[in-house]
Amino acid sequence: MKVKMLSRNPDNYVRETKLDIQRVPRNYDPTLHPFEVPREYVRALNATKLERVFAKPFLASLDGHRDGVNCLAKHPKSLATVLSGACDGEVKIWNLTERKCIRTIQAHEGFVRGICTRFCGTSFFTVGDDKTVKQWKMNGPGYGEEEEPLHTILGKTVYTGIDHHWKDPAFATCGQQVDIWDEQRTSPVSSMNWGFDSISSVKFNPIETFLLGSCASDRNIVLYDMRQATPLKKVILDMRTNTICWNPMEAFIFTAANEDYNLYTFDMRALDAPVMVHMDHVSAVLDVDYSPTGKEFVSASFDKSIRIFPVDKSQSREVYHTKRMQHVICVKWTSDSKYIMCGSDEMNIRLWKANASEKLGVLTSREKSANDYNQKLKEKFQHHPHVKRIARHRHLPKSIYSQIQEQRIMKEARRRKEMNRRKHSKPGSVPIVSERKKHVVAVVK
Amino acid sequence: MKVTKAAEDLLALSHQEELVDLSNNYPLSASEDEGDSDGERKHQKLLEAISSLNGKNRWKLPERSEASLNVSEFNVSSEGSGEKLVLSDLLGPDKPSSSLVVVKKQLNRVKSKKTLELPLNKEEVKQIHREVAFNKTLQTLSKWDPVVEKNRQAEQMVFPMEREPSAFAPIEHVFGDWKAKTPLEQEVFNLLHKNKQPVTDPLLTPVEKASLKAMSLEEAKIRRAELQRARALQSYYEARARRQKKIKSKKYHKIEKKGKAKKALKDFEQLRKLDPSAALEELEKIEKARMMERMSLKHQNSGKWAKSKAIMAKYDLEARQAMQEQLAKNKELTQKLQVLSEREEEEGGAEDEEALVPDVVNGVHMTADGPNPWMHRNCNHDRKEEEIQTNPQQLPESVAHDFSESEGEERPVAEEEILLEEFEERRSLRKRSELKHNAEPVSSQEIKDSNSQEVLSELRLLSQKLSKETHQSKKQNGSSAGTFLQIQREERAPEEEEPLMLQRPKRVQTLEELDALGKEECLQNKELPRPALEPEQMERNPQNQPKGKKKEQMIKLQNLLTTKTPSVKSLAVPTTVEDLEDEVERDQKQMIKEAFAGDDVIKEFLKEKREAEEANKPKDVDLTLPGWGEWGGIGLKPSTRKRYQFLIKAPEGPPRKDKKLPNVIINEKRNIHAAAHQVRALPYPFTHHKQFERTIQNPIGSTWNTQRAFQKLTTPKIVTKPGHIIKPIKAEDVGYCSSSRSDLAVLQSNPKRLSKHHQKQLKKNSVDD
Repeated sequence: MKVKMLSRNPDNYVRETKLDIQRVPRNYDPTLHPFEVPREYVRALNATKLERVFAKPFLASLDGHRDGVNCLAKHPKSLATVLSGACDGEVKIWNLTERKCIRTIQAHEGFVRGICTRFCGTSFFTVGDDKTVKQWKMNGPGYGEEEEPLHTILGKTVYTGIDHHWKDPAFATCGQQVDIWDEQRTSPVSSMNWGFDSISSVKFNPIETFLLGSCASDRNIVLYDMRQATPLKKVILDMRTNTICWNPMEAFIFTAANEDYNLYTFDMRALDAPVMVHMDHVSAVLDVDYSPTGKEFVSASFDKSIRIFPVDKSQSREVYHTKRMQHVICVKWTSDSKYIMCGSDEMNIRLWKANASEKLGVLTSREKSANDYNQKLKEKFQHHPHVKRIARHRHLPKSIYSQIQEQRIMKEARRRKEMNRRKHSKPGSVPIVSERKKHVVAVVK
Repeated sequence: MKVTKAAEDLLALSHQEELVDLSNNYPLSASEDEGDSDGERKHQKLLEAISSLNGKNRWKLPERSEASLNVSEFNVSSEGSGEKLVLSDLLGPDKPSSSLVVVKKQLNRVKSKKTLELPLNKEEVKQIHREVAFNKTLQTLSKWDPVVEKNRQAEQMVFPMEREPSAFAPIEHVFGDWKAKTPLEQEVFNLLHKNKQPVTDPLLTPVEKASLKAMSLEEAKIRRAELQRARALQSYYEARARRQKKIKSKKYHKIEKKGKAKKALKDFEQLRKLDPSAALEELEKIEKARMMERMSLKHQNSGKWAKSKAIMAKYDLEARQAMQEQLAKNKELTQKLQVLSEREEEEGGAEDEEALVPDVVNGVHMTADGPNPWMHRNCNHDRKEEEIQTNPQQLPESVAHDFSESEGEERPVAEEEILLEEFEERRSLRKRSELKHNAEPVSSQEIKDSNSQEVLSELRLLSQKLSKETHQSKKQNGSSAGTFLQIQREERAPEEEEPLMLQRPKRVQTLEELDALGKEECLQNKELPRPALEPEQMERNPQNQPKGKKKEQMIKLQNLLTTKTPSVKSLAVPTTVEDLEDEVERDQKQMIKEAFAGDDVIKEFLKEKREAEEANKPKDVDLTLPGWGEWGGIGLKPSTRKRYQFLIKAPEGPPRKDKKLPNVIINEKRNIHAAAHQVRALPYPFTHHKQFERTIQNPIGSTWNTQRAFQKLTTPKIVTKPGHIIKPIKAEDVGYCSSSRSDLAVLQSNPKRLSKHHQKQLKKNSVDD
């Protein structure tokens, strides 16, 4: 008697080695896989939910300072090294992987106003309230040696900020005026000023390195050309700009952190209107730093939160806060574009993930592809109300939440008032001014 | 003393001369005559000096180097003696040489000059500086525009951007300290050494090395240039050939062809003289070409051009000539050289002359001539049959041929007629009931009309029988009996002869005939498929088609319309007599009414609404199970009692929103639960909802896409490597070269820009030092 049974060729389904991928026969006939859209929609919804579930951005808090952290600096060559200056004149160098302080220097008397590293990473500069500029070695002193700066420059006025040139042995300080220094000299190579107010920060353009931007307390942002040793243009905004940051991928774009809770992204060739107004903060924005990819930036605010904005969006995509974090004074995006550091009033430096729900560490290829797929799904269905609601949902501290509500009401009232005014006045006498143009007072040539 | 002094003078002079010579030699462009006069003077001086040496003429003549106004009376210098006084010198214009003019001029100049303008305000100067600097900066920044634009629109950006140079060690370094140990390895090693294969350093054979070295950079460049030149030349010739090919002038081509032929002949002659064997070969080639040509049918009147010419040939002498030429060529080529005798050749020629003119044109002659193989090929089957038949048939045929026109003209007419036919059909269907009693007279008229063509139709019938084409008739009446078939055929023959418009009434005639047979009903049903069949017939039966069409030409559209309308009128309003204008108007109205007779919009809407209502009504649920509690099976139904028992009546739904709105249908299908998940407004980058829908409907998952497509669809926009520092973009990364001078160096070479404060400091420093 013959017994009939199924027989299959093992070549079709048995792997040759253990490391081979399992062969999965697929039939792509669309009739066999119906309901594409609903199924993908559900997947997108689940991905969005999971993203919120896994959104745990806070990584570490580096404590050790004895006063508020006033400034931060990245090491140009090492991802693990971070420098911070505090309000009591102390500078600390941290190792991020060990989350430990490596070195502590009593650099200044009074605030450490600014700190920057040399492009080669061998030394760094600090400026303080004691009218000095000091250059320090990155490596600590040997045994028995005293902690001493390499150079000390005594200035006449207080320096409020410092930034190092990206290629040359030169740095710029600001205070009464913008000074450009040769590292070898004790006097500035050139000093430029335009107006008489004190300048709060100065930043070199990372791409066209001869360009500088500074912001002064008389509400203006001034651009300088270092080669020709002359200011170029000045834009006056509604309120004071605290600091600016250049886009590291687009030579003519910079973002200014303003006291009026907003950030303004400018194209330096057309200063009469910002390219984008970013508004989500509910208090003065104190610091801003670009992601090294140039697609996003992070801002630190007096409202005890930091926010991440896409460059081309006016709303933030993310807000980070913790119960204990007070006014955030300085923020930096690490050079691998994965992490964000912020220094705040309550003496801590915090380390965050740039993407809140990202899995750290090495991903397998399947994880990677699943992640990519989920990202694309979220992007595809981002306009659907449920997906949107879940993706946008953030828990906010009560203070910020109520402030947002309040400001929404205020804004609405202002809008209504303007509308009424327009309605009851001669047509054309109350023009409609776009949001972008509203905040620029003047551009001075 | 004096002698020595004079000698010294002389020496000095000669020195000077040499120097002058030198200086004269170098600037070659210096004017010659000047140098000459200079030389002469010096020569004179030299002579004088020499003459003064001999002692007799001790005292030297006073020399005047400048022209002086007062010449002393004692010594008149002879230097200017060579120059003569010219008349023009005396006639010079009398200048007012008063020195006051100059003073006046100066005074005027002073008067006209204003005070120097004040230097610009410091702020203004600064502003100008700033603007200039800003413009300069803009220029340097403008190079980033394309880069930024590209990066913004990039599908994917991978960071860090700068590629690390791949640190591949050359293989000889990797295997540097490797040595053959096992016997097998050693064996291989030896083998390699035999072939001069280097094993360690470097890994290239001497031959390879030589080949690498063989071509130096210059050589390569030269070769490349040559290749480029060749390529350019080739493309140039190609372009030229293409251009020449495109030239439409027939004359040009004719001339060129002739020229080519001449040249070939010449070449051949030359070749015959020089190299008879090669010439023989050439001859063979030509012969072979001729044979090929003979085999092919290239020069016959089957080509597109020939056909077009054939149409024109009747009217155009030139076209006819061209055709003749072509055919002559054909003849020449197809001539069998050796085999044919002279007499036969002549006959062939006669035949060809017939063939010169297209067969359509001289169809009559052709038939008279008898069977012609070429004509056999072209002529259609139908014609051959006619030829077999009697002569009187031929006459109308030829007349019909004369009316032949190009096909393009025939087409639209035919289409129009088909349209009209359909229209007529519809109308007839609608008015069938009215028409029934009128049908008889019309058909009788038609009979009269057709009487004249009866003979013809009979002939046709005969021919059809001969050719035994029964497939059409089969189609026509597959079910009907043999007698019916005969009748059908009788009808069909005139049908083909007559224009399509006249076909319908004829059918009425057939109806009548069949009425007698008592098959009225089945035939009325038949009427419907007929018109649809007719175009098919036309296509299926290409042999009959040309004749039908030729007849169609004779009846114009206008005639058709004018003949049609009265007939309609007579049908609809047979008794009243009206004015012509009224008639036209009425006709128009009626036409419109008839055209839109079928579509009742309001009725349709009401029907639609009823349907929508029905569709939205909750349905009754029938829970009867056939065979449950009673017998079931095919043909057995559950009892009404059971059905009634198990029928669950659906509750009355809420009243429709459009219940009281007679002209509105409100769709109540919108699902609130689904709406919560739907996008309400069109999202920003999309301009039309269809775009958005399409993006949503394209699945991206691997369930619906292949692995490759899935990977492509899900590529992330930004890819970063963990643990890699991403540096700001550099000019070198995107192919620009950054300035070689550092910013600091530029600044330091720009000392005038130092601020005053700083300058003061510098000064202080220097004082301190």
